[in-house]
Amino acid sequence: MIERPECPGSPGRPESLERLVVRGLTKRFPGVLALDAVDVSVRRGEVLAVVGENGAGKSTLMKVLAGIVAPDAGEIELDGRPARIDSTRRALELGIALIHQEPNLADNLTAAANIRLGNEPARLGFFDSAEIEASARAALAEVGADFGPEVLVRELPVGRRQLVEIAKALARHARILLMDEPTSSLSGKESERLLEVVDELRARGVSIVYISHRLAEVKRLADRAVVLRDGRRAGELDGEHLDRESLVRLMVGRDLASPSARPSAAAPGGERLAQPVLEVQGLVVPASPRHALTFEVRAGERVGLAGLVGAGRTELLRVLFGIDRPLAGRMRVGGAELAPAHPRDAIRAGVGLVPEDRKRDGLFLPLGVRENVGIATLARDARAGFVDAARERTLTAELVARLCIGTPGVDQPVEQLSGGNQQKVVLARWLATNPRLLLLDEPTRGIDVGARHEIYELIDELARQGVAVLFASSEMEELLELADRVLVMHEGRIAGELARAELDEERVMRLATGGDRLPVGEAR
Amino acid sequence: MKKVLGILGLLVAISAFTAAVNPDFLEPYNLQNLIRRTSLYGILSIGVAFVIITGGIDLSLGSVVGLVGVLVPWLLVEQGFGIPAMFLVVLATCLAIGLIHGLLVTRLSMQPFIVTLCGLLFYRGVARFLTDDQTQGFGTGYTGLRQIAKGEPCTLAFLAMVLGAAGVLLLAWVRRLGAFDPRGVRLGLGATALAALSGALVWLLDVPRLSEIRAPMPFLVLIGVALASGVFLNLTVWGRYLFALGRNEEAARYSGIDTARMTVLAYVLCALLAGLGGVLFALDTPGIQPASHGSFYELYAIAAAVLGGCSLRGGEGSVLGVVIGAAVMRVLYNSINLLSIPTQLEFAIIGIVILLGVVADEVVQRVVAARRERRPT
Repeated sequence: MIERPECPGSPGRPESLERLVVRGLTKRFPGVLALDAVDVSVRRGEVLAVVGENGAGKSTLMKVLAGIVAPDAGEIELDGRPARIDSTRRALELGIALIHQEPNLADNLTAAANIRLGNEPARLGFFDSAEIEASARAALAEVGADFGPEVLVRELPVGRRQLVEIAKALARHARILLMDEPTSSLSGKESERLLEVVDELRARGVSIVYISHRLAEVKRLADRAVVLRDGRRAGELDGEHLDRESLVRLMVGRDLASPSARPSAAAPGGERLAQPVLEVQGLVVPASPRHALTFEVRAGERVGLAGLVGAGRTELLRVLFGIDRPLAGRMRVGGAELAPAHPRDAIRAGVGLVPEDRKRDGLFLPLGVRENVGIATLARDARAGFVDAARERTLTAELVARLCIGTPGVDQPVEQLSGGNQQKVVLARWLATNPRLLLLDEPTRGIDVGARHEIYELIDELARQGVAVLFASSEMEELLELADRVLVMHEGRIAGELARAELDEERVMRLATGGDRLPVGEAR
Repeated sequence: MKKVLGILGLLVAISAFTAAVNPDFLEPYNLQNLIRRTSLYGILSIGVAFVIITGGIDLSLGSVVGLVGVLVPWLLVEQGFGIPAMFLVVLATCLAIGLIHGLLVTRLSMQPFIVTLCGLLFYRGVARFLTDDQTQGFGTGYTGLRQIAKGEPCTLAFLAMVLGAAGVLLLAWVRRLGAFDPRGVRLGLGATALAALSGALVWLLDVPRLSEIRAPMPFLVLIGVALASGVFLNLTVWGRYLFALGRNEEAARYSGIDTARMTVLAYVLCALLAGLGGVLFALDTPGIQPASHGSFYELYAIAAAVLGGCSLRGGEGSVLGVVIGAAVMRVLYNSINLLSIPTQLEFAIIGIVILLGVVADEVVQRVVAARRERRPT
């Protein structure tokens, strides 16, 4: 690897104020236009926030700039000169570094080794350990780290790992930092620290492109904010115009109305109390052994689980579905005791789970829609151990039609479907089992807006048919849209419960961050 | 299906080339022998395919063949066991081996490579210790029993005619049920009808040379094993589970599949088929050397499975492909002899051909993928 000195602009030429200019950037994925002729520019020493709902194209934009994804069209200019970023290596050579949402480090190595990874100074082909340490120490000092380069990364908490990531970028003379929700997995204190580092980098002339869902953070940090919606540039805000209301308006493309006017499925008149389908009593999830959880979900009710990353929502759903065993406590499904030792037991009791990471935990990617939909009902429909292929085929065809799954046929490999259609395939698998309790973990993560609404409608329909729905969501919009009632989790416990009428972002965030319940509204 | 056609093409190409250079390849005796050897190795390959489909590997197979190969004559001749008792001991041994492999892999989350590597060493050591490294054999006895491996009950043409006709009748009945993939049933009908027809033609017209080829017993065993395995993998719930588990173990678990039990099942089936192959090899071999009988067979079996379309990453493979893969291995071996290529080059040539086969497959897949990419969706 050749050492490259920092070279801002060529000498003898007035340095352009714009460091990075992107015009007409377009990227199409199967079924989704992720970026549609997007224009973006960043100046020297500027923090540009890129905001938008999930699936708006923010991450794709970052990936294009970092050389991970090749755009279909559009041009990129760096310091006034056209640039081609065709590999991550090229991006780094151009001084563009991507800081991932989750730190992406070799945790068996020291901070120093990570900072110089792939860029090791060598003497006669051997590592120059002294030089590695020294340069890493300098880079860590730049980000104000309170630990030395010799620390093993696996011993660092996430927030500090994020600093190592940034130090790594600085050690490579990055002039443009792309940060993809860097604070999403950090605690409040760690986030604040990171924001200070970003401030400092800006002061030193580094350009920062910053994706965040935390609008307060954007307002505090950004000089300018570009809003993306459905792959298009919805608008730009700067200075005093950069406030939460305007951001949200641009993000959703309408004024934020009161929580969706649709009536709650559980209580059409407001009062009818249905049978509880899920009763959880004193359940202790292994991830947070100090808290016992008690709650219930009634037939036809849609209960949201809110909370920050790491609040324990996924862990709770895993226990309910029999993937992990609880340490203590009882659960009843449909009135019968259930202590699932394996998802099979939960499925038999009428429970289905749509996992957060559908590619990892949900889908058999190269297999067809039919195999993916049928997998949970094979045994039920089998005749003497033989797959009833005809039934599987008709059942899948019915579900494809009912869920409007965009696929040329039931044998299409699911890897060729869009994210939204893949999610519908996972949903179809559970619909085939006729569940009485449906658990969903981030049901619309990474799904475009159109498909998202279809999924909401489907969940509504299921609730109207009496299915109990418990879903974890990190998106306020989704909770407002879908939930009859929200349980807010904080560090493994249920910090509070909000009825639909009292649901707003501030109340949720207060509870999710360990604050008190706002006095407004009455408890159920 | 495309993979099967590809490997079939390779088999035909090698055979045609060899036959063109040395017509002895087509001698009934040679073909008969090829079929016998292919059958023996094919049974082992199908066994290891079960494990490979789940994303695992079994390296112990050759040593299991060695151990069983030693056990059969040792129990019968030296220990004076009756034939049924001998079969029982072998069956129990293989069942135990498969169970232990499976349980170590699932309960202790050990890597299949390590577990079965230790098995490879252990079973070989036991085989040598039991017999004090002395060559084992049946002498002149047990000729009846040895017919299971050495017998040739009928001509190949007659077998094709009878089995083909039976297949046509069976599939016609299955088609009426309508429960199975109609395309697969139609394909099966075509294939069995073709087999029946060509068998009948050769038999009735008494085509010289072709009608002389007799079907070795191991071939009948292979047909049985292949049919049962094919039906199991493609038509039963457990078969589907094995593929699903190999594709994505987490997703399989989230779908309610008892992945641990399915994995154990794959190792047990593999060990049982290794045992069955081991018995046939034992009965087929005049003098069994405890130190070398069956060594490298695990690699032949794995190579055949991979050639036949199994991915070592799991979730892929077909029985027909694996059997053809085993045939390619044997034909290659045969060609090296017939083409008077120095036997020292044997491994080098087999290695190169397998490599080329797999590379060609990868290249084809990439081209197909690239084409799909370019096509707008």
